[in-house]
Amino acid sequence: MAKHFFRELEKIKKRILSLGAMVEERVRMAIKALETRDGDAAKKIIVSDYEVDEMEVEIEEECLKILALYQPVAIDLRFLAAVIKINNDLERIADEAVNIAERVQVIAKRQRLDVPFNHSLMAEKSEFMLKNTLDAFVNMDVDIALRVCSLDDGVDNMMSEAYDVVKHAIGEHPDRVSYLINLLLVSRHLERIADHATNIAEEVIYLVEGEIVRHGNYL
Amino acid sequence: MDKSVKIEVKHLNFYYGNFRALEDISLDCYANEVLSLIGPSGCGKSTFLRCLNRMNDLISISRVEGNILLGGLDIYDPSVDVVMLRSRIGMVFQKPNPFPKTIFENVAYGLRVNGIKDKGIIENRVEESLKLAAIWDEVKDRMHESALGLSGGQQQRLCIARALAVEPEILLMDEPCSALDPIATQKIEELIHQLKKSLTIIIVTHNMQQAARVSDITAFFYIGKLIELGKTDTIFTRPNLKQTQDYITGRFG
Repeated sequence: MAKHFFRELEKIKKRILSLGAMVEERVRMAIKALETRDGDAAKKIIVSDYEVDEMEVEIEEECLKILALYQPVAIDLRFLAAVIKINNDLERIADEAVNIAERVQVIAKRQRLDVPFNHSLMAEKSEFMLKNTLDAFVNMDVDIALRVCSLDDGVDNMMSEAYDVVKHAIGEHPDRVSYLINLLLVSRHLERIADHATNIAEEVIYLVEGEIVRHGNYL
Repeated sequence: MDKSVKIEVKHLNFYYGNFRALEDISLDCYANEVLSLIGPSGCGKSTFLRCLNRMNDLISISRVEGNILLGGLDIYDPSVDVVMLRSRIGMVFQKPNPFPKTIFENVAYGLRVNGIKDKGIIENRVEESLKLAAIWDEVKDRMHESALGLSGGQQQRLCIARALAVEPEILLMDEPCSALDPIATQKIEELIHQLKKSLTIIIVTHNMQQAARVSDITAFFYIGKLIELGKTDTIFTRPNLKQTQDYITGRFG
């Protein structure tokens, strides 16, 4: 039974990693579409989201099957519990990529209005956190995971900065409220991506250390 | 709640001839807790269990070093009456072993051996024990039929009732469910949860999930040594030692 069980675990690991790669790619595409105001690229992200959804369901079903059939304990139990949660976070990150893509579709149709807020920097940070959190998972590296957790506050601050900037801009350009709200929403979606990346990092810490460190309660 | 130590094991070594089957085992077992002993075959867990009520005395080439204290009393002290000791520390075995007697007589046996003659007391104690062992409803109308006519699961609960009749403080269980089906196993596990309110239980099991379900504390033995002792939920979610983890996750050897 053991050999078969370990094969199943390996299979799960491969699948969650390919889901991670798939989601990372979508976030990258969404950010690029935002920078280039490319409505067509945005559409591609939106129409293909079902691929992520399907994969998420398959991974969850596989995990539940293994739990029922093998009743794993210790590191194996923590691994499966972590995968179930990471799986869910990855799917939500892909949803945020879709949300950004939807905002891009709106923004792309309107005349450009530059506001003094740098979405690229925020996007870069969120993307960096996502990439690192997946690296932490692949390498079971608590140090990287902790570093990801520590970056979340910075992204949160950028979100509130965006809020202030957009609020001010609405005052100056009351005719562009819809456009500006879409810009604000983009920063909200990027901030959510960083939150999910943090959740994944917390799961990695749990997986390795066996300690639950959620809600900013880091070691 | 303060926990009181029921059994203290200090530097226990056990030998079969020249072979040291247990090496320097020390552990405390607390009142009203369930301690499970896990480990691969031959690791010494059954030997350890049998040391606790001197079942190993029956093996002529065996030898014990160290101390086992039951409420402060050294159970290997020459003055200890072994029959008395075994009425304080009862035992249930892997295979149900009812005597070829009636259901009633099986449970009454220990009482009679201990010199109780009063019919009323014996009847009361038999009924109480069968109720405690959660088998009363199934046997109350056939008390004078042979115990051998019961199913395996019923026989095992009868043996538990037989052990309980002499009101032990500790119950040792050596793989009590290994010959039972899942339903009977579930009944014994529920029974363990009930019984720990009034006594202390030490159980040897090869079924890791069973150890996880029924015990408060788990001890992992390997080649005669106590490798890790800890709260069961910790042992099964994040054991301290790699050796323990390798065993419970099936990565051994």
